[in-house]
Amino acid sequence: MTPAMPESSQPGGSPKPVHEIERVAIRFVGDSGDGMQLTGTKFTESTALAGNDLSTLPDYPAEIRAPAGTLAGVSGFQIHFSSVDIRTPADKPDVLVAFNPAALRANIDDVKPQGMVIVNRDAFTKRNLERAGYDEDPLPALRERFQLVEIPIGTLNREAVKDLGLTQRQADRSKNFFALGLMYWLYNRPTTPTEEWIAKRFPDPIREANQRVLKAGYHFGETTELFPTSFLVPPAKIEPGRYRNITGNTALAWGIVAAGVQMQRPVFLGAYPITPASDVLHELARYRQFGVKTFQAEDEIAAISAAVGASYAGLLGCCTTSGPGMLLKQEALNLAVMTELPLVVVDIQRAGPSTGLPTKTEQADLLMVLYGRSSDSPIPIVAPATPGDCFHVMLEAFRIAVKYMTPVAVLSDGYLANSAEPWRIPEVETLLRHPAQLETDPEGFAPYRRDPATLARPWAVPGTPGLEHRIGGLEKEDVTGNVSYSPVNHARMTELRALKIAGIAQDIPPAEVRGPEAGKLLVVTWGGTHGAAASAVDQSHEAGFTASHLHLRHLNPFPANLGEVLGRFERILVPELNTGQLSRLLRAEYLVAAEPLCKVSGQPFKVREIRDRIEAILA
Amino acid sequence: MSEAAVKLTKKNFESDQDVRWCPGCGDYSILANLQRVMPELGVARENVVFVSGIGCSSRFPYYMNTYGFHTIHGRAPSFASGIKMSRPELDVWVVTGDGDGLSIGGNHLLHTIRRNLNLQVLLFNNRVYGLTKGQYSPTSLEGMRTKSSPEGSMDHPVDPIAFALGAGATFVARTVDVDAKHLQHVLRRAHEHRGTAFVEILQNCPVYNDGEWEAVEDKTTRNRFALVLEQGEPLVFGDKDARRGVRIESGVPSLVDLPDGADPLEHGVAVHDEKRTAAYGFALASIAPPQFPTPVGVFRAVEKSTYEDLLTAQVERAVQERGPGELAALLHSGDTWTVAPD
Repeated sequence: MTPAMPESSQPGGSPKPVHEIERVAIRFVGDSGDGMQLTGTKFTESTALAGNDLSTLPDYPAEIRAPAGTLAGVSGFQIHFSSVDIRTPADKPDVLVAFNPAALRANIDDVKPQGMVIVNRDAFTKRNLERAGYDEDPLPALRERFQLVEIPIGTLNREAVKDLGLTQRQADRSKNFFALGLMYWLYNRPTTPTEEWIAKRFPDPIREANQRVLKAGYHFGETTELFPTSFLVPPAKIEPGRYRNITGNTALAWGIVAAGVQMQRPVFLGAYPITPASDVLHELARYRQFGVKTFQAEDEIAAISAAVGASYAGLLGCCTTSGPGMLLKQEALNLAVMTELPLVVVDIQRAGPSTGLPTKTEQADLLMVLYGRSSDSPIPIVAPATPGDCFHVMLEAFRIAVKYMTPVAVLSDGYLANSAEPWRIPEVETLLRHPAQLETDPEGFAPYRRDPATLARPWAVPGTPGLEHRIGGLEKEDVTGNVSYSPVNHARMTELRALKIAGIAQDIPPAEVRGPEAGKLLVVTWGGTHGAAASAVDQSHEAGFTASHLHLRHLNPFPANLGEVLGRFERILVPELNTGQLSRLLRAEYLVAAEPLCKVSGQPFKVREIRDRIEAILA
Repeated sequence: MSEAAVKLTKKNFESDQDVRWCPGCGDYSILANLQRVMPELGVARENVVFVSGIGCSSRFPYYMNTYGFHTIHGRAPSFASGIKMSRPELDVWVVTGDGDGLSIGGNHLLHTIRRNLNLQVLLFNNRVYGLTKGQYSPTSLEGMRTKSSPEGSMDHPVDPIAFALGAGATFVARTVDVDAKHLQHVLRRAHEHRGTAFVEILQNCPVYNDGEWEAVEDKTTRNRFALVLEQGEPLVFGDKDARRGVRIESGVPSLVDLPDGADPLEHGVAVHDEKRTAAYGFALASIAPPQFPTPVGVFRAVEKSTYEDLLTAQVERAVQERGPGELAALLHSGDTWTVAPD
C-alpha cells in the first residue's frame, strides 16, 4: 500500500494523519463460526456508500461449522475497493485480518509482500497452533515479511462487554465487530450505518455488546500506536448515475421479477435448495406482491416439472439450481424442448463432478447444458459476465424463451452468485418491454403451426375456449401436433427444432472485440471470467503486449459474426474454469485453433494468471 | 353462446384420435365412463386439463377433447401441481398407473397428496407393467412370475390406499374399471372434493395380468368379494342370503356371519364414516383378500386447506400489505448513492 498522495487533513476527526490511496484489497479470515461473511458484507456496504468501485470474493467451506480452529473450517471474505474502475476481487490482498492460526496459515501465502497482517493475538495458543498444524509460533517469522499487527482482540472484546452479564461464549461472538470497527477507523468510514443495522438485527443485550465492540475497535485504531496513519480511498470516477451494491444472486432474482413486470405475465419459480442457488429462492420468496409464485418442491425434478406446468398454464416458468440439480432436470427440460414451451433454467455452476466442492466456483457445466439431454435437443444458452449483468441476462433469457417458445439455460457461477459490485441501477423505462402474447384465436389454430419468422409455435394455454389440444413427449406431427411415428416427419421436426434455435443468432448482438479488430491474439471468455480477462488484457496492453478481448454472453447460438471475427486473429486464447469446454466448441464450430487456459481449483482466475499467458504468447 | 351454456354430452369429450389400448383393456371402460361423467360436472371444456406420465394409462389425455399434457415418467403430479398453483381456476386431473405413480413417481405422489392441491389423481392399478411388456410392478403380489422375475417377485407390494392415507390424503377411494355405476359415482365424489382426491381404480390388463380383479369385476361374484363402503352404513357384504359383516376392534378387522334379517349393529359390525380418524382408514385398508373382501368406495373424505388457496392468499396479502410490486422501487430499495458527472 503505497500512499498515492501526500498526507491530507483528516476527515473523520481522527487525530492521526490520513493517507489517500487509490485501491486496497482486504481479506477477513477466521473460523466459519466467526462471522467473517457478515464482517465482509458490512464492510462492503460501507465501501459502496463511500462511493468506491468494488469487487468481492466470499470463500467459505461447505461445512456449516467445521471443528473450530482447523484448516477445514476457515472462512474468508475478500474485498477490493478503489477510486478507479476495477473488475476483480484482486489477485493478492494488501491486508489480511486473521482471527486464528488456521486462518492465518491457509491465507498468509496470498498476501502481498510487506502487506499488513492483523492477527488476533489471543487465538495463538498452543492448542490452536497445533490444530493449525504449526510446530511453533509463526508470528516472529512473519514480522520480517509483513507489517504484522498483533492485537489481543479476544481480551479487548471481553473487556468491552464485561458488565453486560453475557456468558463467555456469547461475549466472544462479538469479536468480529471489533475487527470491523478497527477497519472502519483504518479506512475512514462512519460506524453509524452498521450501528443502526445492529440495533435492528439483534435483541439486547447482544445489540449493546455488538455496538460497544464495534466502537471499541474503532477507538482502538484511533488511540493505539500500532497504526500511525489511517487511509482514504476517494470515491471512484465511474459512469454517472444512481448506484447500489449488488451480488449476482440478488441481481438474478431481481431480473426474474423484472421479467414478470416487463412481459406482463406472472412468474413461477420452482426450486429445490442447493448451494449456491438457494439465495435466489430466498430472495424471490419475498416478492409475492409482484405476483411471484415460488414453490419449494420435494426435489429438483419436481421443481422443474412444476415450472414446466406453470409455463404450459401461461406463466413465466423458471428454475434455479446448480450442476447436480441441473443434471436431474435434463429429462423435464427435454420435454420442454419437445413441447416447445418457454422456460428459463438457471444453473449456478459449482465445482464437480458429483457433490464436488459445493461452495467453490467452476464453469464446467457448459457441455452438459448444451449436449447433456437424450437425442438432438437444442436450447439457447446465455451467461452473465458480472454480478450486475445477472439482472440483464435474465431479461434476455425470458425474451428469447417467450419469443421463440423454447426453454433457455442461463449459466451463472458460484463466483458471480456471491460476489458483489456497485451496480448502476437501470431506468425501468430503458428496459426491454414486450408483453407476452398468448394465442386466443381458434380460427386456423394448430398447436404446432409456426410463426414463419421465428419458427415459434403459438402459446395456447388452458382456459382458452376453442384451443383445446393435447401435447406431450411423443414426437409431434408438423403443424397439427398430433402423435406421429412417421420417419419423414421426425426428420422434419428435428430439423425445425434445430433451425429455430440456430435462427436466434440473427436476433442477438454481434460479437464485439475490445481492442484491435484484428491481430496476433484474441482472448475469448464467457461468464464470470470476464473481469479477470478484461483486466489482464488491459494490464498487458499497458505493459506493451496488445491482445484483443471478446466476451460471449450468448453461448448457443453464438453471435452470427463470431466465425468471421475469430478468423481475423492469429491465435485464440480461451481462459475458462474447466478443462477446455468453450475452446472445444469453438474448434468444432469454426475449425480454429482455440487454445484453452484452464483452471479448476474452485477459485476464479487471478488477473496475473491470464496476463502471464497473454504476455508469453505475445513475447 | 358460450359452450358452457350448451348442454354437453359424452361426445363433446371424445377427441379425434384413435384409441390404441389392447382389446379388452380396462382403460376403455374407464375412459368411456369418465367421458360420460364430464358433462355433468359443470366445468367448461376449456378449463379441464388432463395430465399424465408414462405408461398405458398415461395415453389417456390424447383421447379426451380437453386440454391435455402427456409428460414424463412418474412426474405427472408435479406438472399438475405447477398448473394448479399457477391457475387455480383450472380443473386438473392426473391419470397415472401403479408403476408410474407408485414406483418412479412415488415421491411426487406422496408430496402432491400431502400438499392437498385441489386436483383428482386417478391411479389405474393393474399390478403389472404393461407398456414395457409385462414386468412386475410395485403393487404386484409377492412371488409373481414375470419376464423380469422368472423365480417370482421378491418385492413386498405397496397398497395404494394405505400409501395415500399415509401421505395424509384428504380423499381416498377405490373403484373398479368395469363397474360403470360405482366408477361414475366415485369420479363424481372425487371431483366434488376440495383437495387432492386420490382414486385407485382396479383395472384389468388382459395381456399381462388377466383376471387379477376378476372376483370384483364379475357381476356374479361381486357381491361376495366386494365390500361397498357407504357413508353411515354398516360394513356388510355378501349375497342376500349369506350376508357377512366386518367388525373393527382396536384397529383389527374380523368377519362375522349375519343370520337372515339380523341387525348388523347388534352383531358389532362397524359403521362406515369417511370422516373418522386416519387409523380407521388404515384398518379399512387392511381389509383385503384372501381372508377379506375388497373394500370399494370412499375410504376417507375430510377437509383441509388446499395449497393453491394458501399460495393465492399469500400473494393477495402481500399486495394488500405492501401494495402491488413496483420494479423501480425494488431496484432503488436499501442503500443507494449517486455518482455525479465530472
